[in-house]
Amino acid sequence: MKVGIVVFPGSNCDHDCFYVSKDVFGHDTEYIWHRETKADKFDCIILPGGFSYGDYLRCGAVARFSPVMKSVIDFARKGGTVIGICNGFQILLESGLLPGAMLRNNTVHFICKYVYIRTGNNSTRFTGLCQKDQVLKIPVAHNEGNYYIDDQGYEKLKQNNQIVFRYSDREGNVNEKTNINGSRDNIAGIINKQGNVLGMMPHPERSSEPELCSADGAFIFRSMFQWIERNKK
Amino acid sequence: MIEPKVYQGLGLTDQEYKQIEKILGREPSLTELAMFSVEWSEHCGYSSSKKYLKLLPKEGKYTGFVGEDSGGIVVDDLAVVFKMESHNHPSQVEPKQGAATGVGGIIRDIFTAGARPVASLDSLRFGPLSQPYNKYLLKGVVDGIQFYGNCLGVPTVGGEIYFDESYSGNCLVNAMNIGVTDKNKLARAQAGGIGNPIMYVGASTGRDGIGGCSVLASAEFSEGEEKRPTVQIGDPFMEKCLIEATLETLDTGYVIGIKDMGAAGLTCSISEMAFAGGVGMDVVLDKVPLREKGMKPWEIMMSESQERMLVCVEKGKEAEIKKIFDKWELNAVVIGHVTEKKNIFIKYQGEIIADIPADSLTCGKIFDLPFEEPEYIKETRKLNLKKIKEEGDYDQILLELLAAPSLASKHWVYEQYDHMVQTNTMVLPGSDAAVIRLKGTDKALAATTDCNSRYCYLNPFLGSQISVAEAARNIVCSGGEPAAVTDCLNFGNPNKPDRYWQFKNCIEGIIGSCKALSLPVISGNVSFYNESPAGAINPTPTIGMVGVIHDRSHVTTQTFKDQGDVIILLGETKEELGGSEYLKKVHGKVAGDAPELDLDLEQRVQKTVLKAIQQGLVKSAHDCSEGGLAVALAETCISDRENFLGAEIDLPDISCRKDAYLFGETQSRIIVSCSEDKIEPIKNIAGKNNVPCAVIGKVTGDRLKISLEKEKLIDLSLSEIHEQWYTGLETALNS
Repeated sequence: MKVGIVVFPGSNCDHDCFYVSKDVFGHDTEYIWHRETKADKFDCIILPGGFSYGDYLRCGAVARFSPVMKSVIDFARKGGTVIGICNGFQILLESGLLPGAMLRNNTVHFICKYVYIRTGNNSTRFTGLCQKDQVLKIPVAHNEGNYYIDDQGYEKLKQNNQIVFRYSDREGNVNEKTNINGSRDNIAGIINKQGNVLGMMPHPERSSEPELCSADGAFIFRSMFQWIERNKK
Repeated sequence: MIEPKVYQGLGLTDQEYKQIEKILGREPSLTELAMFSVEWSEHCGYSSSKKYLKLLPKEGKYTGFVGEDSGGIVVDDLAVVFKMESHNHPSQVEPKQGAATGVGGIIRDIFTAGARPVASLDSLRFGPLSQPYNKYLLKGVVDGIQFYGNCLGVPTVGGEIYFDESYSGNCLVNAMNIGVTDKNKLARAQAGGIGNPIMYVGASTGRDGIGGCSVLASAEFSEGEEKRPTVQIGDPFMEKCLIEATLETLDTGYVIGIKDMGAAGLTCSISEMAFAGGVGMDVVLDKVPLREKGMKPWEIMMSESQERMLVCVEKGKEAEIKKIFDKWELNAVVIGHVTEKKNIFIKYQGEIIADIPADSLTCGKIFDLPFEEPEYIKETRKLNLKKIKEEGDYDQILLELLAAPSLASKHWVYEQYDHMVQTNTMVLPGSDAAVIRLKGTDKALAATTDCNSRYCYLNPFLGSQISVAEAARNIVCSGGEPAAVTDCLNFGNPNKPDRYWQFKNCIEGIIGSCKALSLPVISGNVSFYNESPAGAINPTPTIGMVGVIHDRSHVTTQTFKDQGDVIILLGETKEELGGSEYLKKVHGKVAGDAPELDLDLEQRVQKTVLKAIQQGLVKSAHDCSEGGLAVALAETCISDRENFLGAEIDLPDISCRKDAYLFGETQSRIIVSCSEDKIEPIKNIAGKNNVPCAVIGKVTGDRLKISLEKEKLIDLSLSEIHEQWYTGLETALNS
């Protein structure tokens, strides 16, 4: 399997995603520089977290215009597996691969801490190894993770079972108290209608090894890699 | 003819001006004058501190190395580079940018040494939060650190925050960074090889920060002054690109030397790189990329614009280096070359604007300043414990101490910092020391910053000895072997003999502790003139320490782990209250002497705990510091939010005042917990090291109960304790 990690100037979780893909899961992994125009040799593309192009504008607003995003969009339209984490999620929203937008956290602060997320849909290629409603302990680190979508869009997300993760407590309760940043309906991660593109604010790459406080993030990577292996032509 | 007000405006004295004329044999040009003023400033020249800094030990258990801008230790095949630096005055004037550029500056010192920055720590000090400006400073400084550090992708894993009246009007922001590289890949800040090109890389030069080190950092604050234009502005995105481009450039093997443009900008990097390499430099100033038109040559030489570096590369490789910086869309321009004649020779628009021997800029004077014991020491020593009421509502006192902003949880701060990026953080902020793993090895690093400036105020020598000892104790409690020190020495105006006495005594204290614990001081920074119209800050020699955890299975945290475990106190409690948080908070007194420190006992306690940890006997370890035994016990019960565990403690009678027993800050004490079958092996190790070791209680229930020979002293629910401790800082910020 060939995994591609997109690198924008300002990406800062690119090395972490590379390490998890290559050293923890043992896959052939390569960086894809933001000026590249081809991405079709990969089985899976990861858009990592960070501050692409400094994110002095709205997060991800500049990255969507980069040459590499054209090829990522092509790759996704053809059904390729794409996961966007944190800034990667923001870029997926900006480039229209996923619906909705990100607002500033309602705490008006950057938030870095371990949170719990409940798996709402465990039949995706990213969550196949999770139990229904499984609670995962995964850290967040963001300033703009307050997910917004209008009523119509929200209804569609629900109808199509696109809401994959929601902020919860350890027991899986999803409510206002467990909503860390003001996201609509505690949304922490969604997929597109076709089910091949996942965007999530929490960082599974920071919690994929037992010595790092939690290894729950590995559920997501393992599900995804296993699905790709099984469905490879 | 240069008028006195010109050079005086640049911070130079009449005497210094005469010396410049003597060196050059003529009247200096304006640019030359500016160059001397910044290089000879206290901030760059260390004239008032050099005499004592030379005495700091450079050798220890670990192979240490001291580079031009940072230093470090060798761990197996890796070099661990680290340094701490102050950015106090800029932060007092403009907290967000001041703190942000402090972080940016220290990180540049690390990656110019060839190391990838892997962790930041910040030691911060402010006046009490009852004053609105101090709230503004805390919020601004934290915002600056998160703004810069988070964007860079360098985790901020630890540090400390204290509040004390002496910092009102002059806050302290001490930023530390740690980097890691292959030990054969360290870079130097030297120019070399006659004819080799000198390249300017990174951001363009603007008018920001002109005179930052001479005017701002090397004078005290007086009332109503406008110093904002001397503060630099940071661009973390630019720095992130600069880190990647620089590390790629160093990988080519074509770099002779590299130095960042920090304090005194281009002047400093040119003259110090030339001097360090024993060469000269010819520079054409017109080549320097500028941010704005019409900048005067002296402004270009003085600017402290951020995110810029000077690189000396092998002749013929300029294009390859430029290609890397082009990829990251950064400037890379040849601005000069290395010369045999050891002069800094600068041309601008065809004219010679500076021609100065490099050594005259960098080999500043060494002052031998007078010192004398401050008046206040006689007063503060007069503490009579008999006049302090011993009895009190100890439950209430404990809650009050836990809610004090200096002791309360700092989660409001560190949750704004990305402390997990790079996926090495094994112990999250809030334990005794931060722990980051070294990928590709079985090892990890423990890091901490420490200084109790109240002790240093009462007894600078002892206070700074304790700072080193406590830092080492924190490392040990995390499972690490203390390895080396960086120090950031913050003091008042050195020209006042009582301030200088504090400085001299603190240095001597650091030397004493470091020698006893076999720790080299591998890098550091001095910040004088930390004074406001109200007076000087407490002497604050902040100690940054890095330790090595030999096996990651040794990583230990402060909190209790399991019901039924046994709680052991190593070390001995003495009847001491001087300088304690309790005395200040409850009795309103900053008085007495700092706690005693027996360095021999300290070493034996540390050895005992480290050995017990390494043998897998210990489940938690926490040192007793501010707030004493009671606060330390409370923290071990509640600082893991997901696993509160109560404790029942019965203390043996040692004929000591009860308040001193609970809240006194006797040194060299560590609380460990273990399962019952590990008591004997731990006692054995303690016995061999001649360390007092007592089982004082049990992990049980959901309350903290402390009694003295069965007489109840404290009995509180954990949720009550947690509430005070967890919300203390925010409550003070929002009230």
